[in-house]
Amino acid sequence: MTDIHLSNTSIHTTDEAAAARRARMDLISSVIRYALLFGVGFLMLYPLIWLVGASFKTNSEIFSGAGFLPSSPTLEGYTRGWQTSTPYTFGRFFWNSFLIILPKVIGTAISCTMVAYAFARFEFPFKKVLFGSVIAVLLLPNVVTRIPQYILFRDLGWLDSFLPLWVPSALAGDAFFVFMLVQFLRSLPTDMEEAARVDGANSLQTLVYIVVPMLGPALVSVCLFQFMWTMNDFLGPLIYISSVDKYPVSLALKLSIDTTEAFEWNRILAMSVLTITPALVVFFVAQRYFIEGISAGGRKG
Amino acid sequence: MRSQRFLGYAYLAPYLVGLVIFTAIPFLTSLYLSFTSYDLMSSPQWTGLSNYQRLFTRDRTFEKSLSVTLLYVFSTVPLKLAFALFIAAILNYKLKFINIFRTAFYVPSILGGSIAIAVLWRYLFSTEGLVNMAIATLGFGPVDWFGDPANALFTITLLRCWQFGSAMVIFLAALQSIDKSLYEAASIDGAGKVTTFIFVTLPLLTPVIFFNLVMQMVQAFQEFNGPYIITQGGPLKSTYLLPLYIYEEAFKKFNMGYASAIAWVLFAIIMVLTLVAFWSSKKWVYYAGDKRS
Repeated sequence: MTDIHLSNTSIHTTDEAAAARRARMDLISSVIRYALLFGVGFLMLYPLIWLVGASFKTNSEIFSGAGFLPSSPTLEGYTRGWQTSTPYTFGRFFWNSFLIILPKVIGTAISCTMVAYAFARFEFPFKKVLFGSVIAVLLLPNVVTRIPQYILFRDLGWLDSFLPLWVPSALAGDAFFVFMLVQFLRSLPTDMEEAARVDGANSLQTLVYIVVPMLGPALVSVCLFQFMWTMNDFLGPLIYISSVDKYPVSLALKLSIDTTEAFEWNRILAMSVLTITPALVVFFVAQRYFIEGISAGGRKG
Repeated sequence: MRSQRFLGYAYLAPYLVGLVIFTAIPFLTSLYLSFTSYDLMSSPQWTGLSNYQRLFTRDRTFEKSLSVTLLYVFSTVPLKLAFALFIAAILNYKLKFINIFRTAFYVPSILGGSIAIAVLWRYLFSTEGLVNMAIATLGFGPVDWFGDPANALFTITLLRCWQFGSAMVIFLAALQSIDKSLYEAASIDGAGKVTTFIFVTLPLLTPVIFFNLVMQMVQAFQEFNGPYIITQGGPLKSTYLLPLYIYEEAFKKFNMGYASAIAWVLFAIIMVLTLVAFWSSKKWVYYAGDKRS
């Protein structure tokens, strides 16, 4: 690249001078880039780093300085926060979150795989229209269906249970995942599946033994995103769950802000750290899948 | 082949059932409810256009809420996208540790929607919080972030801009797929870096800019957690976004009919803006060689 550039611009400068100037410009440019990235990165991540430090501080120290390290580290925030102001500990709320997440993730993975398989590998009447409906659901704001859904769940007697959180997802309600899997499946070759069919496998066997293993990485992305979104979901539980003994962590944290007298900030911050830990751990263990999932969604959209 | 017609539907069944029960019927029901008065106790009473009439002529809260929502969306989405593109452009260079930076910038997006982060925000911007401490070291007095209607919405905008990670990852993937020979050609023609960015990179990015724009806009119009936890819609309703208003009408006051009417107005706004984006995209979105199927 540099050579081509030089041969064309060496009319009024010598090659060496131009090369030296370019090298200097590149160096300055890299320095500026690194400085910007470090600066922005520090500004962005410092609140999170500070949050971890502050969760080990005493309540009075939290408001006395912007430093990260606690002067006299204490676990008081964690022990007192864990007890909560309810009859239950945070352990109960984590268990509830788990009870919501596990069936939801499994239901999402199974239903979205089936639906993606139908769209990517079968021909049937109205296929185009139906795939169009996936895009429509993807863009449809939830706000417009939420009230009738609530009334429906009330009529079914599902309020204050986890069913309203599980069932729509188990029926492939999260169009984003269907879309993602269809795009992924379309990009895979079909010769393995055809070979299986020649060998006498039916379509379900082909799906389970050939397609699902090939979908592996995309399915992991789906499960991870659903885990993360469900862990962070607040509005769903807020509307449907009313008894404290069924609260997931997101609602429990909100409850602890409302009920803690005069803002015992260290308890709240300590519990905040705990509630974001599962998501962070999962992200760092499997970040490749997140980045790939996000990029694929954008590229093919 | 004949049996395949049914086979396809067999695998599609969960989606079809969900589509009808949880999307199509609720969608139409909410339109119907928006013309009724319904408190969940007695059956819905048809009231014609009166909900909409009240919304647009007598409801000052709606007026305020709508203008705050538009202000929020039209400030947050461009800011967030510009920032995401800026950082992606810096990362798209032969830099070491690019993956580490990309991961670091993505972390807030992973956590951003959680209540824990909204709680953290509430502390960060409190009068004695971290942000005011940082401002004080620069020699400025403390800012009343949550008490002053002029500032409160900005804290929520900042929270969402802080989560620019997923938009950035999409931009970065698109930037990395741009053919390097185009840059060389531009360089031979004597184009500088800024010129190249504006005339070569940006046009090639328009498909992902369009995608990010629509997704972020639809999302921003439905912002709930931020104002609910951080500002509770205040002060003086300066952060009382429409989803908050809908939530309180529907699930606090059980005015299901009126709440549905607000939801439909919000939906209509989102739909019109999405359609405008799609329609205008023919004029500004560039698909290289029209490779789309």
